[in-house]
Amino acid sequence: MEAFRTHTGIGVPLRRSNVDTDQIIPAVYLKRVTRTGFEDGLFAAWRGEPSFVLNRDPYDAGSVLVAGPDFGTGSSREHAVWALQNYGFRVVLSPRFGDIFRGNAGKAGLLAGQVDEKVVQRLWSLLEAEPGTTISVDLVEKTVRAGTGPEAVEDSFDIDDYTRWRLLEGLDDISLTLAHDADIAAYESQRPAWKPTTVSTRAGA
Amino acid sequence: MGRTLAEKVWDEHVVRAATPGTGEPDLLYIDLHLIHEVTSPQAFDGLRLAGRGVRRPDLTLATEDHNVPTLDWDQPIKDPVSRTQVETLRKNAEEFGVRLHPLGDLDQGIVHIIGPQLGLTQPGMTIVCGDSHTSTHGAFGAIAFGIGTSEVEHVLATQTLPQARPKTMAVTVTGELPDGVTAKDLVLTLIAHAGTGGGQGYVVEYRGPVIEALSMEARMTVCNMSIEWGAKAGLIAPDETTFAYLAGRPEAPKGDDWDAAVAHWKTLVTDDDAEFDAEIVLDASTMTPFVTWGTNPGHGVPLGGSVPDPDSFAEESDRVGARKALEYMGLDAGTPMREIKVDTVFVGSCTNGRIEDLRAAAEVVRGRKVADGTRLLVVPGSARVRLQAEDEGLDVDFKEAGAEWRGAGCSMCLGMNPDQLAPQERSASTSNRNFEGRQGKGGRTHLVSVPVAAATAIRGTLSSPADLEPTSEGAR
Repeated sequence: MEAFRTHTGIGVPLRRSNVDTDQIIPAVYLKRVTRTGFEDGLFAAWRGEPSFVLNRDPYDAGSVLVAGPDFGTGSSREHAVWALQNYGFRVVLSPRFGDIFRGNAGKAGLLAGQVDEKVVQRLWSLLEAEPGTTISVDLVEKTVRAGTGPEAVEDSFDIDDYTRWRLLEGLDDISLTLAHDADIAAYESQRPAWKPTTVSTRAGA
Repeated sequence: MGRTLAEKVWDEHVVRAATPGTGEPDLLYIDLHLIHEVTSPQAFDGLRLAGRGVRRPDLTLATEDHNVPTLDWDQPIKDPVSRTQVETLRKNAEEFGVRLHPLGDLDQGIVHIIGPQLGLTQPGMTIVCGDSHTSTHGAFGAIAFGIGTSEVEHVLATQTLPQARPKTMAVTVTGELPDGVTAKDLVLTLIAHAGTGGGQGYVVEYRGPVIEALSMEARMTVCNMSIEWGAKAGLIAPDETTFAYLAGRPEAPKGDDWDAAVAHWKTLVTDDDAEFDAEIVLDASTMTPFVTWGTNPGHGVPLGGSVPDPDSFAEESDRVGARKALEYMGLDAGTPMREIKVDTVFVGSCTNGRIEDLRAAAEVVRGRKVADGTRLLVVPGSARVRLQAEDEGLDVDFKEAGAEWRGAGCSMCLGMNPDQLAPQERSASTSNRNFEGRQGKGGRTHLVSVPVAAATAIRGTLSSPADLEPTSEGAR
């Protein structure tokens, strides 16, 4: 995974709460067997409306999404993260994320930063008043900055320490776990014999 | 201090404990990994790219459920993209030595229906799947949760997952469920009460006399919806009901193993002096059939109620959300729920697609006809549920009433296969999500219990069995 330290890009105000992963990418777009090519499915239903924020210049070139609370609830589909990344997003800011989405984002290298709801409101106002305003996100300092003058936003965001460390270092979870292979083998040697396996009926048949 | 059920199961699976204060997660062993065609192809690709194998194919089970057709399921899949995805799963299962129940196999079905049905889902296990409704398996006293594709790859490669220890919550349900009120009504009531984010960060234990009195199938309905209020997982302590369900199932322990397993399972209860981080207490006696009016599972009201006025919500974001929801749903505030006309009724899914659900639906439609202009789609959760229903003649009840009787799969719950709503088509659905477009672009979903679904199909508007005229035939 590519390391993530800082990113600056055009902010996109998504004035919606409870954006579940079915909204981020509907099920009919989940049939690909690759990790790429999901950008067409991103917010597919809303992209049909000309007034939708991603259909408007310069938001269509955005890379920092600012969403209302409970972003990414519902289905576990990691395709939601891929669709955002495939489109060009590097960061999503929201006051609250669905657990599985936040986990998936951390694994795939999309920064999901939790910010105060007031920060979201201020960013929305700023991004709508000055379309094309960029947001700078610093994972080292855990800060977001946007705009200049009295309307400028400068605040912190939350992310769990472990995910932050992995993103900063660009570390792959599987390699980290495989370093503990001896612990896994030791655990396996002590599992009770009556625990089920998926080969038992085939073997006994 | 004592421990909760969730803490006991968690502790039994810690391969490597986090160093306190480092923010590092525990490394948790996974007893059973269920996979399906939609969220696994990229995980297997990742393994191939890294030159890794599947560590424990003997703890892995695959089936085809999400995008498979429920009509002509014995023919090659018509949609080439769906077919490629299913064929990819078959190739991966073959290459990595994973047991697969493909379309046409007797044990094919929705992944969360076949685990319990085979007896693979057992108390005290850790179970994961690239599907958020994995929480269903918690009904057996297992810690079961949905994961993303990167985590699927992680479990395939290591049979473990790094996981931060969640907080614990008790949902204690007291009193007694009134007649005609089901586990589905209970959980929809809970979600409306707690909100869609109310369970976030918690493993929830459902407990109390009402939960203890539920059948295994009803317990699965409750645990299935845990994710709909944001919980990491939901579980119920195993008891005699659990053991009786498991005894004799193909993958359940046998002989001395059974005795050893049951002895252990009986220790999997929350200690009297254990403390939960949070608790919700609900009185079941006041519950009624419950249905949704909006676009998330927390948007629910009693069937006897009306579409709420968005201005009645305390929070501005809820008022905005409710206005958007009513616009999407094509509803006006104040309309009695019972007057809402429904085009399609869907009975099925991992929430309500088990044999007990089909029996309850058949009992309502038996000797009656589906209303003109309404379609009733009945989709068994698994091939074995379908065969069992046919053995019991339930398929005849459905077909004589004018319903469509289909093959097993996820079907209209998420509309990945051809079973979809048309734009603005309105459904009453026994599934778990009423999100915008969930059942088809522009489709409008009302989540309901099985008896409400069946009665709605007969009257054509949201209804409970109590609203129906008695049949001349009566109960069979």
